[in-house]
Amino acid sequence: MAAQARTEHDAGREKGRAAGAATLALAVLACALLASVVLACGLGSFPATPGETLRALLQAAGLHAGAPVDPSLAVVVVDIRLARVVLAGITGASLAIAGAAFQGVLRNPLADAFTLGVSGGAAFGASLAILSGIAGGAALAGDARALPACALAGALAALALVLGLSRAGGGPLSNLRRETLVLAGIVVSTFLSALISLLKSLDEESVSSIVFWIMGSFQGRGFEHAALAWPYMLLGAGIVFWRAGELDVLSLGETQARMLGLDAGRSRLWLLFGASLLSGAAVAVSGVIGFVGLVVPHLVRLALGAGHRRLLPASALLGALLLIWSDVLARSVLPRGAELPVGVVTALVGGPFFCLLLARRGSGGGRA
Amino acid sequence: MIRAQGLSCGYGGRAVLHDVDLRLGPGEFAALLGPNGSGKTTLLLALAGLLPALRGGVELSGRAVSGLPARERARLVSCVPQGATPPPGYSVRELVRMGRFASSDFWGGYGPRDEAAAEAALADARCLDLAERQASELSGGEFQRVLLARALCQGRGALLLDEATSALDLARRVEAFDLLAAQNRLGSTVFTAVHDLNLAALYCPRLIFLKQGRVALDGPTAEIFTEANLKDIYETDIRVAPHPVTGAPQAHLVPGAGAAAPLLG
Repeated sequence: MAAQARTEHDAGREKGRAAGAATLALAVLACALLASVVLACGLGSFPATPGETLRALLQAAGLHAGAPVDPSLAVVVVDIRLARVVLAGITGASLAIAGAAFQGVLRNPLADAFTLGVSGGAAFGASLAILSGIAGGAALAGDARALPACALAGALAALALVLGLSRAGGGPLSNLRRETLVLAGIVVSTFLSALISLLKSLDEESVSSIVFWIMGSFQGRGFEHAALAWPYMLLGAGIVFWRAGELDVLSLGETQARMLGLDAGRSRLWLLFGASLLSGAAVAVSGVIGFVGLVVPHLVRLALGAGHRRLLPASALLGALLLIWSDVLARSVLPRGAELPVGVVTALVGGPFFCLLLARRGSGGGRA
Repeated sequence: MIRAQGLSCGYGGRAVLHDVDLRLGPGEFAALLGPNGSGKTTLLLALAGLLPALRGGVELSGRAVSGLPARERARLVSCVPQGATPPPGYSVRELVRMGRFASSDFWGGYGPRDEAAAEAALADARCLDLAERQASELSGGEFQRVLLARALCQGRGALLLDEATSALDLARRVEAFDLLAAQNRLGSTVFTAVHDLNLAALYCPRLIFLKQGRVALDGPTAEIFTEANLKDIYETDIRVAPHPVTGAPQAHLVPGAGAAAPLLG
C-alpha cells in the first residue's frame, strides 16, 4: 500500500515535470520571438543597433519618453521592417499550425499545405482574382479584400481534389497511404502551376505582378497585407486550437477515435477547413512558401512529443521564428539590397528535410 | 444493459452477422467464442455502436445506439480494440487520459477528475510503472495493458474487449483476466472475445459461441461447454475434463484429429 502510494506520488511528480518542460519551452520560444522581432527590425541594408531599433519601436507604440528617434530610421524600422516582420511572423505561425493540423488529421508526417497542393490551389485562386481584376497583386490594386477569399476557395478546391484522388478506392481519410496522398498532392500542384503559367501567358500585363507575388516573398509588403490576412488566420487558428484534443484522439485512427466518442468525420472536416483557412490566408498575402508546415511541427514533436495542446502553440511560435529569420536571410545575403524570395530560403532548408522524412518511412510516425 | 435484436451487419452491404439476438444484463461476465472469421469482431463493433446495422438494432441502456451522440455512447461502453498500434509521440499517461475524451470540457481540456480517473486506471491495470514511457516503445503485451487501462479510464459500466489478452504471456493473461473478474465483481458488465477456450471457461460464467455469423450457442458455461458442442463448432475432436483446481470444464485437443490427419496417416 505504501509502495503504491509512493509510486503514485512519483507519477504525479513526473507528470508535473513533463508539463513544466513544455511550459518552459513555450516561454523560451515566446521570449526568443520577442527578441527576434526587435533584432530583425534592425537588420538589413540600413542597419540600426538593437538599442535604436527598440527605441524606434517603443516610440511607435507611444511608450518612449526620451529624445525622439531619427525620423528616417523610424520609417525604416517601423513602416518597412516591422510590417514585414509581423507579416512573416503571422504567416510562419499560420503555416506551422496548418501543417500540424494536416499531419494530425491525415496521420501523415509528410502532409503540409505545400505537399498537399493546398498552397498551389490558393495561389491559383488568388491568380485568378488578380487576372480577372477583382484584386490586385502585391500592390493591392482593386478590391484586395477578395484576395484571401479567392485563395481560400482555391485552397479548399485543391484539398478536395487531392483527397478525392487519393481515396479513389474508398475508406476513411485517416487510412490513406502516405505516399498516395503526397503523390496526389504533387499531381494537383503540378497541374495547378501549369494553369497558373497559362493564366500568366494569357495576360502579359499581369505577369510581373503574379510572378513577383507567387514566388513567396515579403518584399514590399506592408501592414495592410497583415491586416488583410489576420482575421482568416485567427479564425483558422481558433478552430484548430479548439480541436487540439480531437487531433490527439484522431491520431489513434478511425475506429479507436470513434470508440472514444469522437464524431471523427465531422471533426476532420472542421480541422481541414481550419487548416485551409490558415494556408489560404498565408498564401494570399505572402505567396507560396513551402516546407514551414512540414519542418516546424516535426521539430516540435521531437522535443515535446505529439500532444497537440503543446504541439500547436509551440509550432506557432517556432514557425513565426523560422520565417522571420528566413526573411532576414532572404533580404540580407545578396549584395546591393537585392533580395531572394523567402520561399527559396525555406525550400533550401526544407527540401533535404523532406527527403529525410521520406527515407525514414516505417520507422517514424504516420499510418500504422 | 446491452441488447441486440435481429441484428444483421457487415461491410459494404454484405452481411457478416445474421439475425443475432443477444442480451447482456448489468454485471454479467461473458466470453465471445468461435472459429476465425465467425464474426466476433464485427459483433463487438456493432454492440459498441461503431458499425451500422443492416437490419435489426442495438440498444444501450434501453436507447437505440444508432441515435446516441458519439460522446454519450462512449460514456456508456468502453472498448479494447484488436490489433491496435500505438501512435508515435505520446506517453502512456497521455494515451490513457484520452479515454476521458468523451468527458472533456468544451475546450477539450482534461480536469482534475479526468486526471484522477487516469491515475486510478493506470494503477488498476498495473501500468503505473509504464506511465512516463513512450507508448510506441512498449512491447505488445505492455501496450495491451495500456489499452485496458484506457478502457477503464473511459468508463467502467460496460467493457467490450476484442482479443485483449492474445498478445500477453501466460502470467499477464491470468493477471488481465483476474483484473476483468475483479472489475466484474465491482459491477462492470464485461464481454470479451477470446481465442483461448479454457481461459473463457475458467473465468466466465456465460459463454456465447458464434459460427458463420450466427449465434450457435449461448448459455451458462457449465451447461454448454460440452464435448459434443465443441466438436460441433470447431469441427475437430475435443475432450473436456475438469480443471484440477477450480473444477471448471477445460477443453483438450486430440492429436491426429485435424482435417489433414488421413494424409499424415
